[in-house]
Order: sequence, then C-alpha cells, then structure tokens
Amino acid sequence: MHNEYIIPTDHATAAEVFLQDEERANWHDKALWFIREKRDVATKQIPDWELLRETASQIKQNVLGNLDNYLEMFEQNALQNGIKVHWAADAAEHNQIVLNIIQQHGIQKLVKSKSMLTEECHLNDYLLENGIDVIDTDLGERVVQLAKEPPSHIVLPCIHKRKEEVGELFHIHLGTEKGASDPAYLTEAARQHLREKFLTSDLAITGVNFAIAETGGFVVCTNEGNADMGAHLAKVHIACMGIEKIIPKAENLGVFLRLLARSATGQPITTYSSHFHRPAKGQEMHLVLVDNGRSVQLGLKDFYNSLKCIRCGACINTCPVYRRSGGHSYHYAISGPIGAILAPNMDMRKNADLPFASTLCGSCTNVCPVKIDIHNQLYKWRQVLGEEGYVPATKKQSMKAMGSLLSNPTLYRIAGKSGRTMMRLLPGLANNKALNPWAKQRDMPAPPKESFRDWYLKNKKQHD
Amino acid sequence: MTSREKILSQVRQNKPVAVPLPENISFATVTAPERLPAFVKSFTGAGGVVGIVSDLASIGRELQVLFDKPERVMNTLPAIGYGLAPDEAIAQGHVLANLEVAVVLGSLGVAENGAIWVSAENIPTRVLPFICEHLVLVLPQSQIVGTMHEAYAVLPKSFPDYGVFIAGPSRTADIEQSLVIGAHGPKRAHVFILEKE
Repeated sequence: MHNEYIIPTDHATAAEVFLQDEERANWHDKALWFIREKRDVATKQIPDWELLRETASQIKQNVLGNLDNYLEMFEQNALQNGIKVHWAADAAEHNQIVLNIIQQHGIQKLVKSKSMLTEECHLNDYLLENGIDVIDTDLGERVVQLAKEPPSHIVLPCIHKRKEEVGELFHIHLGTEKGASDPAYLTEAARQHLREKFLTSDLAITGVNFAIAETGGFVVCTNEGNADMGAHLAKVHIACMGIEKIIPKAENLGVFLRLLARSATGQPITTYSSHFHRPAKGQEMHLVLVDNGRSVQLGLKDFYNSLKCIRCGACINTCPVYRRSGGHSYHYAISGPIGAILAPNMDMRKNADLPFASTLCGSCTNVCPVKIDIHNQLYKWRQVLGEEGYVPATKKQSMKAMGSLLSNPTLYRIAGKSGRTMMRLLPGLANNKALNPWAKQRDMPAPPKESFRDWYLKNKKQHD
Repeated sequence: MTSREKILSQVRQNKPVAVPLPENISFATVTAPERLPAFVKSFTGAGGVVGIVSDLASIGRELQVLFDKPERVMNTLPAIGYGLAPDEAIAQGHVLANLEVAVVLGSLGVAENGAIWVSAENIPTRVLPFICEHLVLVLPQSQIVGTMHEAYAVLPKSFPDYGVFIAGPSRTADIEQSLVIGAHGPKRAHVFILEKE
C-alpha cells in the first residue's frame, strides 16, 4: 500500500492547511499537552530524574566517542549468539538486504512492528514495489497504513486522526459497523484482524530500541505486545536499527528504560521490554545495522548530539509549533523538533524550512531525557542554512533589515514612533491579514502613546 | 570496500572525543519495607491485578475460583496443581492461538514500575505470555528489587536466549489517546506474590 498522501512543500504552508480545521487543531494541541503533563507527573516521582538524564547523556556521549569499537564488539557478540548481522551504508542498501532475506525464504507476506528507521528508509513502499505485502501491526501504524498516510508522530502514529475517522477506515477495511467509533470496539476489531496476520506470517520485522555491545543482544519496547507476537510466531525475525542505538552494557538499560516510557507517555515502563539474545530453536534472527547519514552527522561538531536521541517523543509533545501544526507538516519521517534537527543532515535543500518551524522557546531541550540541546541546534541549523544559501530571499532580506534596524538606536526610535503613529491612524493596516502574517490568528494590541524610552526619560526627570 | 568497512572507517574518522563511561553511580532506591507496597501500586496502576498468597497450592485454589475449568489453563508450575501442564517445549507457538490462561513464573519484580522478568528458560515457548487472553504470573516476594538498576545487577550477565519485563496487560492508546487494555497480548494480567518460597 503506497503512501498516497500528498505532502505540501513547506512547513508553514502545510501548517496553514492543518489549522483550517480549528476544532481538530485545538483537540490535537490539548491531546499532546495532556501527554506532556503525564510525563511531568511521572518524572516528579523519581528523586533522581536529573541525575538520570545527565547519566544517560554521558553514556551516549561515551557511545558516540567509541562508536566504531562498540559496533565491532556488538557484531562479534551478536554473531556468537547466532544472530546474522548485516551492514547497510544507506537506505537503499538496507531495503535491498531486507528484500534479499525475504526472497531467500520465498515469503510473500510479513508483519512489522514499529520502526522509525524503516520509515526513514521507506521500506514499505520498496517491498510493495517488489510484490511483498507488509502489514504494520502497531495499532496506530495500521491505522495510517490503511489511510495510506505516513505516521505523524514517532510514538503516536495516528494522533492526527479522530476516532470517527478510524471508525470509517475500519468499516471499509475491517468490516466494523458503520458509524462505530468507540476506541475499545475498534481496538478489539484490530486485535482480531491482526491476530490472523500474526498467525499466518512467516517473517517479522521489528525495530530496536537498544542494542547491547557487551552481550550482543537487543531490546524492543512496546505496549501492545505486537513486536513479540510477530517475532515469536515467525520463522524469520529481522531487526533493523540505526548504528547510534548501541549502548555499552546491559546495566545501562537500567538508566534508559527508566527514562524512555516516563518521557514518552508518562508510564513508569512500557508493558513489554523484550531482550532478544539468541534465536529460538528452528528460528532465524537477522539484524541490520544502518548508517544512512549518521556517520556524517557524527562529524558535525554542533549537531552530533542529536544522535543521542532515544525516540521518546517528549520534545514533540511539548513543542508549541508541533502541537499546532501537526506531524505531517514536517514532511520528514521524524516530525517535531528532533526531526527538524535530523532532517537537514539528510537533505539540506528539501528540509531547509524545518529548523524554522520553531519558536526557539527551548521546551524541547528541557524535557529531553538525554539532554540534547535541541533548540540550540535548531538555531545553529538556521545559520548553516543561511550560509549555504537555503534560506528564502524574503526571509533573508527581512532579517537583514531587522538586523540593521535593531543595531541602530536612532533608526529604531524613528521606526518605533512611525509604527505607533501608523497603527493609531490606520489600525486596519496592521491587522490586515494579507499584509501582516503575524495578524493571521491574532489582533494587534492597541499601540501605546509613547515608547518606554520616552516614558523613562520623562519620569527620570521628575524624580531627579 | 564493503559497507561494513565504509561505515566503520567513516565513524572512526568523524567520532567526537571519547568521555569515560559513567559507572557506579548511586541512585535512590525503594527501601526493603516499601518494596511490596510500591510494586503493588505500580502493577495495579498499569491495569494488573495483584494477589498475595502464602504458598503455591493456594494459587491453585484461587485459579479454580477464577477459571472453573482446568482445561482452560496452561500451567507451567506443577506445584500449583491446577490446569494442564505443557509436556515439553512447544515447537510451534501457533497451537496456542486459542489459549485462555497461561500461568508463568516471574523470576524478578521491580518495585518502581511493576515490571516482572520472565525468562525463556521458564516457558515452553516464547509466545506463551503474549498469546494467552489472561496471563497469570507468579512472583516470590523475596525477588522484588527496588529499581531497574538493581534488576540489571541481579540478572545473569549471560542473558537467557530471550527474556522480557512484563508490566501489566497489553495496552494501547493509539485511538484518540483513549486507554484500551488488551491490544495484541493478554487482556488481563494477574500476579500472585508468594510470601514464602
């Protein structure tokens, strides 16, 4: 099933489309803020939260500084465990490796649990083109797959959909009652539909949350149990991971599993944290290590920190821009602030708008469990994009004009005065939604009669 | 050059300065007397049910009340004395497609989050704790630790072929953030905590 969803070209334009449905946009905003609040409650129950974040960030720093050694150690131990290890330099090679394994076993149909890496590589489309039927088994991912859309959030793939829309999709594809939209009823229908797929699929693809160099095993976290249902009932299990998912030791999981679910959904841990070390008797287990731009990002002093990401989605839930623009506006597999700092490394031209989809408020950085300085990186990407010539001319010119205005006090005072006069005489001009994009969703405040500077000078005189 | 060599050489060339791996950091724990109540709170908070029993035989009696017909139950702990015992390892987990209840030993519990470690060594097939409608876990109280850090300190360094922390029944909130218990795995999870071993 191809993604037929046509993605508008830049974030601002796409966000405008998203905001046309005000009721949905408000709901989306509140639903994500609700998760952010649950996260806050969960983190406050841990006395060591800040120590955990700092430790996690340091572990990841150690990983990135020794990544080649850990990758080799992991490979060696995984091979000893009987896991077949593959290396893919880019998305195309990853897809090819996966297809080869599928074809070697003469398989036509497979089940897949959540893996943002396979989204990044567009694996589903590739397999479909090669005649392989892929069934996403995470409920949210199945919903967007039936809707022929990409996920809009890394943890909550169909957060942009209302239950009535899911009901309609399930009515068409799974034969549920017309008009039924009760989440419990729809979930039960998906359970039955997907159970049949689990029982009849010989191959399962899963993602990887953590791979342990010291033990050669990997950990997959889900709430639904779909990764385990798929992997345990299949003859062949393929796990796909980015090379940055390595951690040195099993004991480091203590740190990461305490942070992951609390940051993601406010749960103390996901329902299932599955540790795969050796294939079951009669089963084949493959692991694909994928670079796809990561080793380049590793060399960028200002940006390599982004590779510490454990894909919890906390920065997405808290982001005021994400909450009011929706995940599809980001036109990249990973949406929100973290996606906006990962995407330019993949394709600077195509993703030049994304670091601008932020107010730089810093909330993303504050909630990040591995302390990635997300808002700083957004700011730094803007500089890089400007230097490389990927910033639209209008934005560049207005920034330049603003720069000279703000650096010249006389000019600033004249501009302020004429602005206030203009707003008093012609208030319609400032509130004109076509001329002033800032006024699109808001009314400009009434202008003050005098500037703070004038007021200060006057009052200073009185008090002197 | 193979992709493996290409990736490794590029990583070697680009990697940032290494810092030491943080080790022996001491995190606050759950004190011994608080562990059982904290565990119960976490597991029930995740939608599970907790029963505290004095011996394995009393679990059998409780199961009889919960599930009147023993043939509905696959029991991997013979001393419980209720339900059908799997004779040997089950080659194809598919035969369990209609299984109603599975009784499984949990070898470790974590107070801070209600997670219970189930090792492949204690189940006849890996899919058992996932494919049943109702999962019954048995956990010795003495095996409850405070935090995940302590859990990994206790787990064997050579991990079992497969092992999983299970913290309640399967769940999803993918449709409008409405929590639904019972996604692909069990719809109900029950843990019996054994006061004595």
